Amino acid sequence: MTVFARVSAVGPQETRRPVETGRAGPTLRGVPASLGTSAGAAITICGLEKRFGDKVVLDKLDLTVPAGQFLAVVGRSGCGKSTLLRLLVGLDTPTAGTIDVSSSSVATQSRIVFQEPRLLPWETVEQNVSVGLGEGRLTPERREKVALALAEVGLKDRATEWPSVLSGGQKQRVALARALVSHPQLLALDEPLGALDALTRITMQGLIERVWFAQGMTTVLVTHDVSEAVALADRVIVLDAGRVTLDIDVKAPRPRERGSADLAALEGRLLDAIFGVADVVY
Amino acid sequence: MASWTSRFAPIVPFALPVGVIALWQLGATTGWISDRVLPAPVEVAQTAVRLTLSGELLGNAGVSALRAVSGLIVGGSIGFAMGLINGLSRVSERLTDTSLQMIRNIPNLALIPLVILWFGIGEEAKLFLVALGVLFPIYINTYLGVRTCDPQLVEMGRIYGMSRWTLFRRVILPGALPSIFVGLRSALGIMWLTLIVAETIAASSGLGHMAMEAREFMAIDIVVLAILIYALLGKLADVITRALERRMLAWHPAYQSR
Ligand SMILES: Nc1ncnc2c1ncn2[C@@H]1O[C@H](COP(=O)(O)OP(=O)(O)OP(=O)(O)O)[C@@H](O)[C@H]1O
Ligand SMILES: [Mg+2]
Repeated sequence: MTVFARVSAVGPQETRRPVETGRAGPTLRGVPASLGTSAGAAITICGLEKRFGDKVVLDKLDLTVPAGQFLAVVGRSGCGKSTLLRLLVGLDTPTAGTIDVSSSSVATQSRIVFQEPRLLPWETVEQNVSVGLGEGRLTPERREKVALALAEVGLKDRATEWPSVLSGGQKQRVALARALVSHPQLLALDEPLGALDALTRITMQGLIERVWFAQGMTTVLVTHDVSEAVALADRVIVLDAGRVTLDIDVKAPRPRERGSADLAALEGRLLDAIFGVADVVY
Repeated sequence: MASWTSRFAPIVPFALPVGVIALWQLGATTGWISDRVLPAPVEVAQTAVRLTLSGELLGNAGVSALRAVSGLIVGGSIGFAMGLINGLSRVSERLTDTSLQMIRNIPNLALIPLVILWFGIGEEAKLFLVALGVLFPIYINTYLGVRTCDPQLVEMGRIYGMSRWTLFRRVILPGALPSIFVGLRSALGIMWLTLIVAETIAASSGLGHMAMEAREFMAIDIVVLAILIYALLGKLADVITRALERRMLAWHPAYQSR
């Protein structure tokens, strides 16, 4: 928790409302001020259905996510979390129903980060991040943007290195910088920390929270880790058999205290919803 | 101990060849190796000087090298292009791959009689044989390299809106490069083999021809010299490939911190 300053910079009374835009409010430490802010996108999903053959993965799903919200999606393996995320960023098309992702900016941009960093091993860290800016040469202007994104994930001085010399967590941070460099309005994270060790995961969670706080994009985080969901998100939904079976707001103020009683209680409710009370072995 | 190792490290690979040559010289001077079997290294060196001064050696080596390189360029480009096309297009692969695999199994040297009938002993014959020989290793390895490209990276490229050309240039081709280099290395071996055999059988110039002519005059020193030069040229090609690899695969963990 080094990146997320546990100090009075963000007091409980200053807890930011997810929906607000034009964020003049509190800031967290260590965020480059020049990064600017991009408004988040609002998501409206109506009667969404996705089938692979006769297998129904998502079943008449309805979901509304206000702009700037940090939403976590949890659920058993195979319940359709990744499928939902891929539909959200337009990597797949729904069988039925509609997904609307819109923001105040002219072209709403969605980015997705996977469990694997998916970096190009033959391009330097800097070049890899520049992939996020779309086609074109690495002009000084683009370099500047890349450097800012790298600074944001704490890898400014690794710009010219090959990905193969980075650790797993650092690679994932480069992937995050690549997703963030174009200031997307929607950031989808599909178990981005799943392959990392527990300590790195905590640092990365702080980083994700800080970046979300600074940029204000709508963030949808898919995770297996219920405590991660309640630590980071404004709202957690449980997906089961292609439907939302539980939808709870996490009202705890930020920065959140890990393992506090409130969060633990929420975790318990979520686990019950995922496994069913009867399945849990005490 | 460490400094000893590092000081002598560069010359270690040459210890064996130098030792063998020294033994050979010893054997020749003591009469243990008859000069009808193997002339002394000194004699071979004298021949090398003589032939260099007369221009014969460089002329023949130059002709051979030119043939090798042009065959490699022609056959290599065709193999590379076909590997890319078949790696990227299912239609083209289904259309041509089976035929290519069939042709591949014919040793290219088996075509020498046919090639002589077609082209006589002109340059076309050598170019054709070398090109045909190097085509397949480069084709197969390029094809494999493209085919085994990481689908997750390709998906990443699509997500970030890469055009087809950019996807090819930034994702598929660099990913195929290590495999393409494997192809190039085996192509180099085939290139020399094919060329030398073709030159011994059907040529009026080149190193192979020089060796063959020398055999008729029982000039064993020239034959041995020709063989040594093959070894040097092979080593040269290898050095160039390694240098290329180190440059182009600098990102690869296998080429880092060495
Ligand atoms: N392209 C596909 N073709 C066929 N079936 C698919 C495809 N993609 C996903 N599925 C199926 O859809 C279901 C949901 O998959 P999905 O990847 O969304 O699960 P998930 O919730 O992300 O699971 P996990 O937590 O293990 O990542 C699975 O049963 C899977 O087999
Ligand atoms: Mg998944």
